[in-house]
Amino acid sequence: MQNCYLGIDVGSVSTNIVLMNDDKEILGKIYTKTQGRPIEAIQRGLKEIKKEVNEEIKVKGVGATGSGRNLASMIVGGDVVKNEITAHGIAALNFVDGVKTIIEIGGQDSKIILLRDGIISDFAMNTVCAAGTGSFLDRQAARMDIAIQDFGELALKSENAVRIAGRCAVFAESDMIHKQQLGHNQEDIIKGLCDALVRNFLNNLAKGKEILGPVVFQGGVAANAGIMKSFEEALGQEVFVPPHHEVMGAIGCCLLAKEHAVKNPQTNFKGFDIINSGYNVKGMECKDCSNLCEVIEILRDGTVMARWGDKCGKWNNALKSGVEKLA
Amino acid sequence: MKVTFPHMGNQYVATKTLLEEFGLEIAVPPQCSNDTLSIGTQYSPESICLPLKVNIGNFMETIKQGADTIVFSGSCGPCRFGYYSILEKEILKELGHEMEVILFDPPQGDYKTFINSIFKLAQTKNPIKILNALSRAVRILYQVDALDDAALYKRPRQKQMGEVDLYYDEFHKEVRKVRGYRETSQLIEKTRKQILAIEEDPNREVLKVGIVGEIYTILEPFVNLNVDKKLGEMGVEIERSLKISHWLTEHLFLSPLKLTMEGKTRKAAKPYLKTMIGGHARETIGHSIRYAERGFDGVIQIYPLTCMPEIVAQSIMPTVEKDYNIPYLCLIVDEMTGEAGYTTRLEAFIDLLRRRKEKQENAELLLRY
Repeated sequence: MQNCYLGIDVGSVSTNIVLMNDDKEILGKIYTKTQGRPIEAIQRGLKEIKKEVNEEIKVKGVGATGSGRNLASMIVGGDVVKNEITAHGIAALNFVDGVKTIIEIGGQDSKIILLRDGIISDFAMNTVCAAGTGSFLDRQAARMDIAIQDFGELALKSENAVRIAGRCAVFAESDMIHKQQLGHNQEDIIKGLCDALVRNFLNNLAKGKEILGPVVFQGGVAANAGIMKSFEEALGQEVFVPPHHEVMGAIGCCLLAKEHAVKNPQTNFKGFDIINSGYNVKGMECKDCSNLCEVIEILRDGTVMARWGDKCGKWNNALKSGVEKLA
Repeated sequence: MKVTFPHMGNQYVATKTLLEEFGLEIAVPPQCSNDTLSIGTQYSPESICLPLKVNIGNFMETIKQGADTIVFSGSCGPCRFGYYSILEKEILKELGHEMEVILFDPPQGDYKTFINSIFKLAQTKNPIKILNALSRAVRILYQVDALDDAALYKRPRQKQMGEVDLYYDEFHKEVRKVRGYRETSQLIEKTRKQILAIEEDPNREVLKVGIVGEIYTILEPFVNLNVDKKLGEMGVEIERSLKISHWLTEHLFLSPLKLTMEGKTRKAAKPYLKTMIGGHARETIGHSIRYAERGFDGVIQIYPLTCMPEIVAQSIMPTVEKDYNIPYLCLIVDEMTGEAGYTTRLEAFIDLLRRRKEKQENAELLLRY
């Protein structure tokens, strides 16, 4: 029987689950689309990972990250709930020696993390604009009727990139359509889009930040060879894509859970049985004050598991457990 | 005449007292909520900065309560805020609400207009009565800012998380029910004592973070998604670079007399920004530097999307960050109410500050031995 740690990263586009053993070996990884139904995605992911791992395992700790981290932690029984930035930083530190810069582009956000002497020293995350994230690329690929997997390869074939406005997703799209109507070929437009995205990233997030190598590129978009090439061209240095780039957040969670388990051997993990439970979500508007909070109530087989969304904490506190509130 | 005014943090407590001391009938807008925002967004120009949208929401909600007169402050900074009163009057007019607007523009030499608007509002020309009411309101303003300071101090230290806000929320409910200077003052003092008496957890490592940026977004908790409460519960004590009591002293009383309290801040900002470029850009830079010099752990800048002065400041901040070795985070707020992304950034930033501090302390320990 092996001791294992479960890392769950519930993002806007994908839900990733990783199972890691004591020697930091990855026993199984699942990358599944969230499709706006995070609970189902988590259940589906757990089911698949259970199937993938044949040996006897014992889960010693669970970590959750991503925009759905609280939900994931509640459903699976998390020991550590961490923000994505810390999770990604920790994962990269463990897999790439001496990493100094992490570029991470996910479904709805993109971030740059600077590491110095083994700790996160600075970071930036896109604030108001979603141009230059995975969902935007997804959408453009769909519009041009190209599978997102072929997107990067097509960009590499371009010989004469077209310039596309990258600051805003709306502008970028209309710019692209105009260039298409002028007759530019598809590869050049795709390459132009990759360049625009990288330019937007560097001008927006990396502004005033010192990008030192080794540079690691992770997140779902790192699978896109076109974007990676554009980054290398713009930065003038090699960019590494780690082998498990798409699940780095979940790997970070495994490592955090492992760290946590040393101090707290008792895990909150609810077992793989939860994949058979029926989950219901009820929403309601609390009318007790003018905030009119949208309170969400999550039920497992009819019993209330958690509530959130209330500003005053009245609903939430009614069934409080010892969940770690600090980052 | 039923008088109303827009929200901006705790300012309403003082404005309410002032108007009550004048003996006016008033309509305090309900606490800013999603409703306020959706009403405001519906009737405001799309690309205007967020405070105007919330203001319009506030007004529409009080018009329902029968308000017909608006008290509003003008602006000293040449930014869009200077035109808020005019634009808001026009928007309301188009919606069929002819509102009387009593505007308090900073005198800038023209004391006659200023005094006339006071007469109009006070409905008396008796200077003693007016001065009495004014000084009482100003006292309330300072008192309520002191109450806020107490909450900011206690939040990261409270043993039972959420206790401070239990009293603080109660205060906001109660203060709407009391009337006049005496009762309000007593209520503030009572709440402040309650908050100060909360039991502390002596083992907590409290970080200090300075909040800089655009004044409205710093002060209005609905707009900045309760940044003070969120940070407080993460174990962070914050200091706001701008407060209304400060603003009032600075702009209404000192600056017309060519005096200022902001000299130090401006001097600090000088190597980066020599002149006033509107809004509080210079203060944002200056305060950040002063926080760094005072040994704060980090600085967070908050501003509404499209705020020109703060955009300029934002592009200067990375240089300040490097020169003074103080971590900096920028948060831009707009109509979003989804808090997850916002919380992620705050959490990650505080994580960074904690690890950085631990490391610094370890290095100091090593040096000592």
